[in-house]
Amino acid sequence: MGLLSKKDTKLITDPLADNNPITIQVLGICSALAITAELEASIVMSISVLFVMGVGNVVISLMRNIIPSKIRIIAQLIVVATLVIIVDLVLKAFAYELSKTLSVFVGLIITNCIIMGRFEAFALGNGPWRSFLDGIGNALGYAVILIIVGFFRELLGSGTLLGIPVLGDPIEKTGLYAFGYENNGFMLLSPMALIVVGIIIWVQRTRNKALVED
Amino acid sequence: MGLKSNLHNLKEKYKGKKMAPAFNALHTFLYLPNETTHNGTHIKAADDLKRTMNTVIMALVPCLIFGMFNAGYQHYLALGEIEASSGFLGSTFWTWDNLVLGVWQVLPLVIVSYGVGLAVEFLFAVIKGHEVEEGYLVTGMLVPLIVPVDIPLWMLAVAVVFGVVIGKEVFGGTGMNILNPALTIRAFLFFAYPTWMSGDKVWVHGAVERDQMIAAGENLDAISGETLLGYYAKAGQELTVTGANGAEVVTTYADRAAELYSLSDMFWGLIPGSVGETSKFLIIIGALFLILTKIGSWRIIVSTLIGALTMGLIFNGVVDAGWIGESSKFYGLMSVPFWQHLIIGSILFGAVYMATDPVTASQTNKGKWIYGFLIGFISIMIRVFNPAYPEGVFLAILLMNVFAPTIDHYVVQGNVKRRMKRLKVKTA
Repeated sequence: MGLLSKKDTKLITDPLADNNPITIQVLGICSALAITAELEASIVMSISVLFVMGVGNVVISLMRNIIPSKIRIIAQLIVVATLVIIVDLVLKAFAYELSKTLSVFVGLIITNCIIMGRFEAFALGNGPWRSFLDGIGNALGYAVILIIVGFFRELLGSGTLLGIPVLGDPIEKTGLYAFGYENNGFMLLSPMALIVVGIIIWVQRTRNKALVED
Repeated sequence: MGLKSNLHNLKEKYKGKKMAPAFNALHTFLYLPNETTHNGTHIKAADDLKRTMNTVIMALVPCLIFGMFNAGYQHYLALGEIEASSGFLGSTFWTWDNLVLGVWQVLPLVIVSYGVGLAVEFLFAVIKGHEVEEGYLVTGMLVPLIVPVDIPLWMLAVAVVFGVVIGKEVFGGTGMNILNPALTIRAFLFFAYPTWMSGDKVWVHGAVERDQMIAAGENLDAISGETLLGYYAKAGQELTVTGANGAEVVTTYADRAAELYSLSDMFWGLIPGSVGETSKFLIIIGALFLILTKIGSWRIIVSTLIGALTMGLIFNGVVDAGWIGESSKFYGLMSVPFWQHLIIGSILFGAVYMATDPVTASQTNKGKWIYGFLIGFISIMIRVFNPAYPEGVFLAILLMNVFAPTIDHYVVQGNVKRRMKRLKVKTA
């Protein structure tokens, strides 16, 4: 037997596609709309959530037998808040510009429904190892969507990827811009993120009819 | 035999195949369908969807033709090659030169709009295996009329794909859409490529290029074509223009607007603007045609205008009461006489051709009054208060499109309640 049993592997792979927290459960939409105008911000956000969910799920799972169920939400909030503050301080120390771009949305990881949802639904009832895998899996599912949306929004909205111009220079009119191409300003606005997420949901459900609800 | 039987044979040949909807659409577009239904009771009436759509297109054609002449007229006027036309029948307006330039500029917009839009419709019909719907016929005609004449064709194509797919097909196609597809297309263009959709350079053909040439140091004696709303939004600010004798004159935007555009020009449509919305005269004729043929809802048109007038009156009242000083940036637009709001900008075009879209408007009669009134009201509010959006009509209509089902819901519920009460009184 390898490191991961078949059941454990499912914990990671399921949220990537058929049980994706964003496109199937439609959780965590708020941050997906707000910070995906640039690919870099999407990636940093994904890593932050990955850290918070992985560690948070383990901590909650370890404490699951000593948390009184009446105050469990508060206990969960304290755990997430602590982890988020760590992330926030690390970002401020090592990537100040990025932390300004992400602004309040790092803090708002606390209220990210995916995290609270996994604490409630999984970590409170499972051991630390499985909880860890579940946290990583859901965070990766979140990350996949964020990165896809961030990729298209930055490419079409600013003509760059990770800040590097890939379509030519819009001012000097080189590359694609020489043919009259222009960046799509709508892509930089939040409604377009919603539409891109919608298109991903559409594609996903067309490919897998089992996901279509009546 | 002729085309008809050829199409007929083609249709038979492709029956049940994947491409069938495409051939069926071509067949029904040109000829009456030759199928008969075999069950149920049917009402036979001439005004099917196709007839409805064609009537709207007929009402739009004068606007399109006028738009073509106007595109040429504004271009040559800006270059100073022709005199300003005196009135609607002025000798410098209905000229061959104007028409040729206008057709050269506007026809590609029409072709791209229809070509791309219908291609998307056909594609969806083939994939989904349903018949091609006529819904795009009117949209395709409206789109070229509500964009600036110089809009790059690829942008229009992208916007049309977006508008038809996201605005209509994802909801299930014609008759299911929440938002007006033509306005979705315009909204997309507006937010995606604002430099091509607003400002003072885009409304006259060639103005952008001329501006670049002037910036490059060439000596061109051509004015750019700010729309009237653009002028009013900056009414109090000063502006330097080169007068007739070459001397530079400092004036305000408000005075300049009055100098450039007279009320009669605005009414007849001899002003820069989107292709088809400038001539209020032709829009009114189109409106009468739509109302007489009972295609457009007069309730929506009238209530939209009432809403716009109400908001205009409120703003005039605020100015008269002295609640707002001349230094305010809203003063210019707020002090426009309330009735002039109807002939400035595209409120009339929106009210007649956009708000009345039977799919996205309210369905109940009372709902139509509320829906229209709010469109007019909000249009003028956006126009005055948001300098980033010099024209608010399309945003107001899209907003009310979203609320139309809610309005209907409450109207129907109100009706149910009233009748229940009556029932109780009777039975008591």
